[in-house]
Amino acid sequence: MTNAWTDIKNTDLVVVMGGNAAEAHPCGFKWVTEAKAHRGAKLIVVDPRYTRTASVSDFYAPIRQGTDIAFLNGVINYCIQNNKVQWEYTKAYTNASFIVQDGFAYSDGLFSGYDEDKRDYDRSSWDYVMDEDGFARTDPTLQHPRCVWNLLKEHVSAYTPEMVERICGTPRDKFLKVAEMISECSSPTKTMTSMYALGWTQHSHGAQNIRAMAMLQLILGNIGVRGGGMNALRGHSNIQGLTDLGLMSHLLTGYLNMPTEKEPDFETYMSSRQFRPLRPGQTSYWQNYRKFMVSFMKAMYGDAATAENGWAYHYLSKLDVPAYDVLRVFEMMNAGHVNGYICQGFNPLLAFPNRGKVVAGLSKLKFLITMDPLDTETARFWENHGEFNDVDTASIQTEVIQLPTRCFAEDQGSLTNSGRWLQWFWPAATAPGEARADTWIMAQIFLRMRELYRKEGGAFPDPLLNLSWEYHDPGDPEPEELAKEINGRALRDLTDPNDPSKVLVPAGKQVLNFSQLRDDGSTMCGCWIYSGNFNENGNNMARRDNHDPDNTGAYLGWTFAWPLNRRTLYNRASADLNGKPWDPSRKLMEWDGTKWTGYDVPDIAPNAKPQDVMPFIMNQEGVSRLFTRGLLRDGPFPAHMEPFESPVQNVFNRKMRGNPVGRIFESDISQFGNSDEFPYAATSYRLTEHFHYWTKHNRVNASLQPEFFVELSEELAAEKGIKAGGWVRVWSKRGSVKAKAVVTKRIRPLICDGKTVHVIGIPLHWGFTGTAKKGFGPNSLTPFVGEANIETPGYKAFLVNIEPSTAPGGAVA
Amino acid sequence: MNMELSRRGFLKATGAGVAATSLGAMGFGAAEAAVAAHVRPMKLANTTETRNTCPYCSVACGIIIYSKGDVRKGEQADVVHIEGDADHPTNLGTLCPKGAALKDFVQAPTRLKHPMIRKPGSDKFEQVSWDVALDRIARLMKDDRDANFLAANADGLAVNRWTTTGMLAASATTNETAWTTFKVAKALGIVGFDNQARV
Repeated sequence: MTNAWTDIKNTDLVVVMGGNAAEAHPCGFKWVTEAKAHRGAKLIVVDPRYTRTASVSDFYAPIRQGTDIAFLNGVINYCIQNNKVQWEYTKAYTNASFIVQDGFAYSDGLFSGYDEDKRDYDRSSWDYVMDEDGFARTDPTLQHPRCVWNLLKEHVSAYTPEMVERICGTPRDKFLKVAEMISECSSPTKTMTSMYALGWTQHSHGAQNIRAMAMLQLILGNIGVRGGGMNALRGHSNIQGLTDLGLMSHLLTGYLNMPTEKEPDFETYMSSRQFRPLRPGQTSYWQNYRKFMVSFMKAMYGDAATAENGWAYHYLSKLDVPAYDVLRVFEMMNAGHVNGYICQGFNPLLAFPNRGKVVAGLSKLKFLITMDPLDTETARFWENHGEFNDVDTASIQTEVIQLPTRCFAEDQGSLTNSGRWLQWFWPAATAPGEARADTWIMAQIFLRMRELYRKEGGAFPDPLLNLSWEYHDPGDPEPEELAKEINGRALRDLTDPNDPSKVLVPAGKQVLNFSQLRDDGSTMCGCWIYSGNFNENGNNMARRDNHDPDNTGAYLGWTFAWPLNRRTLYNRASADLNGKPWDPSRKLMEWDGTKWTGYDVPDIAPNAKPQDVMPFIMNQEGVSRLFTRGLLRDGPFPAHMEPFESPVQNVFNRKMRGNPVGRIFESDISQFGNSDEFPYAATSYRLTEHFHYWTKHNRVNASLQPEFFVELSEELAAEKGIKAGGWVRVWSKRGSVKAKAVVTKRIRPLICDGKTVHVIGIPLHWGFTGTAKKGFGPNSLTPFVGEANIETPGYKAFLVNIEPSTAPGGAVA
Repeated sequence: MNMELSRRGFLKATGAGVAATSLGAMGFGAAEAAVAAHVRPMKLANTTETRNTCPYCSVACGIIIYSKGDVRKGEQADVVHIEGDADHPTNLGTLCPKGAALKDFVQAPTRLKHPMIRKPGSDKFEQVSWDVALDRIARLMKDDRDANFLAANADGLAVNRWTTTGMLAASATTNETAWTTFKVAKALGIVGFDNQARV
C-alpha cells in the first residue's frame, strides 16, 4: 500500500476492483465504512461476482475476469475525452511531457519490436528522446505529437464505452456511471483510493492491471495524498515483509537485485545501477544503491567482504534466467532436475497451479522437508485419500521429513502489514510437544551443514563458512539480535565528512537509519529499507503510542513503518508546485518557505525546494511514469490481453492467445483448453470464514464453512440441469473436482463480443487434512501460466466444463 | 509502552476480583461495591496478557492473548482466550470470523508435536528425535549440494548455483525468521528460493 489502512477514512471514493476487502480483509474494510459514514464517501465495486463488498457498495458493475485493463483504459479514455484530468499534477508530476522515440508504436494488440519465436519484445525503442547531456527531452506544453500524453491519448482512444462493453461484458450504462464517478476525483479537492489484491495480480498480465489503475490515479492527482493511493491489500500477514527482505529467487534484501551471469564482478554489476537523473536537479534516490549493497554484503559476510574482493561479490549466485520462480522449479522437478525441496510454512500441493503436475513433481524428489505448525497436504502428498488424493503410495520414493514449528502465539518478532507497518509481538504460550521456532530450525540446519563442511570439505564452502553468525547463542538466534542486524550498525567510527574530528556514530553502535550507511565497508545493514527499525532509540517496532494529532490517520508513534517511519509514500505530491496542499482540509505536507512540514515524514529531502525537486524521488525522472519505458516486458502502456484460456478471442488480434510475452513452458501448451471443450469462465477466491488452508484445521471455522462448493448462476444451472445443493463435477484440461453446487443470483451471465459467457466461482479452502470435510481446491484445475514480468501463476481466469454428478468417493451426499 | 488507562486497563482494575474498598477508592459508591464483591471474578483475572498480531491477512490486527501461566517467565502457558486489542489503531478491538476463532487455530488437533520421517515407499510417518531429523537433513542437503553445485558455467564464469534443491519460505513468519532463512538459503546458493509473494 502507498497509504495505510487507517488513511482510507480520508477518501471520497473507494474503488474495489481485483479484490474483495469486506470478506478477505474485514477489519481493514472498516475504514471504508468509516469514510462512507463520516465523509459521505462512495464505494464502487467492479467484479464478476456480486461480493459482500458489492453488497455494501453505492454502485456495482459486473466485469468478465481478466479484462480489467480494457475497463481501466476505458476510464482513462473517458477522463481525457471529458477533460477530467488534474492538469497541474499531471503536467508537473508525471512524464506526460516526455518525448518518446519515433520507433515506438502499437498496432494489432502488439507493441513495436515483437518477436513471435522468442515470445519477447525488443524494447530498445520504448524510450525517451535524450538530449546531448543525457537528459530526457520534454515539451511542457504537451503539443509535441510524440510526447507521452499524446501517445497515451491515442493508445486509449480505442477503449470506447462500446468497446469496454464488448470486451468486459459490462453494460455500457454501468461502465459510464463508474467512469463518471471516478472522473469527479480529478478535482484537487476530491480523492479516490484503489483497493486491490490477488484479483489483479494472479493473471498473466497482472502488472499491467495494476499499472492501468496507477496511471488513472496519477492523471486524477490521487497519488501521495490523504485518502488516495494504490493500495495492494496483500494476502498474508507477512507477505510484505518476506518480499521486502528479498526471499525471492531474483531479489536480495530491500529490492536490491540478484546478479546475473552478465555481471561477473561487482563493478560490472554496479555499472548498470548508476541511476543517473534523467532530468536536471532530480533526486533519483537509487543513486545510493552502492551504499546499500556494500552494507548488505557486510551484514552477510562480515570481515570476509572487503573492498579488495568486491565485497565478496563472488559468493553470490549469478542467475542465468530471470528467476528460478516456483513454476520453473516445478517444471524442473517434473523433468527430474530437482532432488530436494524445503517447504517452510507453505503448502504447494494446494497453492500451486495444475495440482497433477505438482504431485508428479514432488513424487520425483529424493527428499522433501516441511516446516509447519499444521499437518499440511504437502507433507502428506504421498498418502492416498481416495478421490481427494489418488496416489500410489508405494511407488513414491520421496523421503519426507516433517518438522513441527511454533505458531504466532508461541513466537515473537515483527510482521510487516500491507501498510508497511513493522509491528512487534510477544509470545504468549508454550508450544505443543517438541515444536520449535523457525529461527532455531534454520540455525540448526546451518550449523550442522557448516560443521560437515569444516570436517569434510565439499563444493564451494566459502560463503557458508564465512556467513556472519554473531549471535549470543549461535544455535538459537534471538529475534532482537536479528532485528538489530537488519537495522545495521557502524563497523568503524563514522565521522562527519565535513569535520573528521566529529564522530557521528561510534563503532559498534546502531545506525539511526539508512541515511547513515556508507559504501566503504564502514557500515553493515541487513535490509536498508527497514533501517531505523531497531536503532539506539530501541526497538521502534514495539512502540505503542496510538495518538493521532488532528485525526489524520497517520499514527506516527505506532510501531515503525518503512521507509523512515513514513506512512504515505510520495507524500510530497500532496502539495502543489508551490508546496501548498492541493486540499487545505486534507493537508499532509506543506513547504514552510525553508523546509517541508506536516503530519508525515516527508518523502523528499526536507529542504528540497518545491519548484525544483519533483516528488517521485525513486525514479530517475523525478516524476511518475505514465509511459514506463522498457521496464515491463509486456509494454510501456497497458493493452488489453485475454487470459490464456478465454471464452472469447482478443478483439484487437484474434490470433493472439493470452499475454504475448506471458511465461509458458513448452510442456504445458498441450494442457491448455479451448472454449469449445471448456465453455465456462472460472475464477477462484477466498471466503470470509476461512484463511487459505489453515482454518479448516480449526473447529469454529470448519463449522462455519464445512464443505467445498462452487458457485454458478441460475441461468447456467437451469441449462445444465444442476440443482442447488446437488453434486457437480467441474473439470478443466488439467484436472477434475467434485463439489456441492451453490446456485446464486450473485453471478450473472455476461454478453461479451456477442457471446453469452457463464462464470463459475471456485473458493479455495479445502483439502484432505484438518477438521473440515475433505474437498478440493481450484488449483486442481488452474493452468501453469506465469505473469510476464514476475511469473505469478494465474488463478483468476481459466476455462472449465461442468455437469451434475455424484458425491466423491467416501463423501456422503 | 503507552497504555495510560485504556479500556482494557480499566476492565482489569475493576474486574480482577479486587477488594470492594479499592472499588470505593476509584469513586464507586458503597452499593456498587457491595454488588461487585459478590460478582464472580472475571474468567481472565488470573491470566497473563500478551500483545500479539493476528497471523492471517495483512491488515495485521492487534490481538491480546490471555494465557494461564507466563511463558516469558519460563512457565507452562496455555491460551485460554484471544480477543481484539482495543488500543490498536487499525482494528480498534474488532476481529473478523477468522481472527475471532484464533484460539482454535493455536490448539487445533492437527498441530504438529514431533519431528517425523516418512521413508521412501512407506505409508506412514515415524516419530524421530530432532537430532536424528536435523542430522539427516544436513546430510541430504550437503550430499546433494556437493554432487550438483554448479560452481562455473560453460564459459568458466563463477556462477555458484545450487539448482537441485529448492526452498519455499513462509509468508506468515516474522521478519527475523525471514532474515535468518534468507541468510542460510542464499549462502548455500539455493536459487530456486521463493515465498508466497510469488503466488
